[in-house]
Amino acid sequence: MKCKNCPKPAEVKIRAHNSAFCRRCYLVFFRRRVVRIIDKASMVDRDDRILVAVSGGKDSLALWEVLASEGYETVGFHLALGIGAYSGRSFEQTRAFADARGLRLEVHSLSDDGLGVPDMMQATRRPPCAACGTAKRHYFDSAALEYSCNVIATGHNLDDEAARLLGNVLRWQTDHLARQHPVLQPTHEKFVRKVKPLYLTSEFETAAFAFLAGIEYVVQECPNAAGATQLTYKGLLDQLETTSPGAKLAFVNEFVTRGSAGFVSKERETAPKTCGGCGMPSFGDLCSFCSLRAEVTRKRRDTPAGATSL
Amino acid sequence: MKILLTPQGREVEIARAKRVTDLLQQLSITPGTVLVIRGDHLLTDDARLCASDEIELRSVVSGGS
Repeated sequence: MKCKNCPKPAEVKIRAHNSAFCRRCYLVFFRRRVVRIIDKASMVDRDDRILVAVSGGKDSLALWEVLASEGYETVGFHLALGIGAYSGRSFEQTRAFADARGLRLEVHSLSDDGLGVPDMMQATRRPPCAACGTAKRHYFDSAALEYSCNVIATGHNLDDEAARLLGNVLRWQTDHLARQHPVLQPTHEKFVRKVKPLYLTSEFETAAFAFLAGIEYVVQECPNAAGATQLTYKGLLDQLETTSPGAKLAFVNEFVTRGSAGFVSKERETAPKTCGGCGMPSFGDLCSFCSLRAEVTRKRRDTPAGATSL
Repeated sequence: MKILLTPQGREVEIARAKRVTDLLQQLSITPGTVLVIRGDHLLTDDARLCASDEIELRSVVSGGS
């Protein structure tokens, strides 16, 4: 198979685009495509300062690489989750990436707050991914304020968005559907714009970019992800994609361009209050993160010393 | 042909696979869910393989919730 743009052998075939590229042409294609998506959706202006949420995985590092190399001002923010060796490797990979490119990286550890993901799992009955997501949203919002960033960019890719959309549609979670958009404008002065520049880029495409660009990333999967519903949805969508190339892309793109406007978030109908715990915006007396933190603290206090279960 | 599956870290031996697409079929792997790596290069589905190849099949699927 030859490259679409030159006589060299192809290294990457993108079935959804019916195109194949050699290494050099693919790296150009990927960067241009991400920039085009950013520009088309007005995600970021050239004078914005972007907090890039970086986990050490392929998506967030590929995103940071593109944003930084395209001249955007970025601050990398890594939230250490406290998940044993996995989190250690994730931090090391992120630090190595930033150091090699002279990029600014800020780090916060959940364990320093007594809220490592294993702590939260032990203390609450919430699924680990739910607790982890609540913590991430809180710390990303806080970090954007602390480091004077006016945009938060995350590495959610096409497969993440397609799986999330499928889950929301299967249960007709209209409030979630209203908030599933690649650009979320702030609803409070302490929030900033949130963007997903990779939302139309499959995880195969980001993995291929990371590999060909020489980005070392954490290949190991989060140990808590095994059995997660999102992975089931991804598997179903991958099967669909083999018989109908481009199905995932059409599913997400058509929803964003034609479907999402039909859903209105209940949150937008009421102005947020101020959280009594952290001072961030909240729709209750406590924000969801402070409620989680209070739950962990309460369970820890009520558990006798030496007990194995909280 | 030696096949390394990552991140599982599992090694398997395949007697014969003419092309990448045959290899994936033999291992029941859905195309597009792995990078097919030979040395410093990625391989497309139609790439020819030979018995002495050492191939890494690296999963691209990630995520939870």
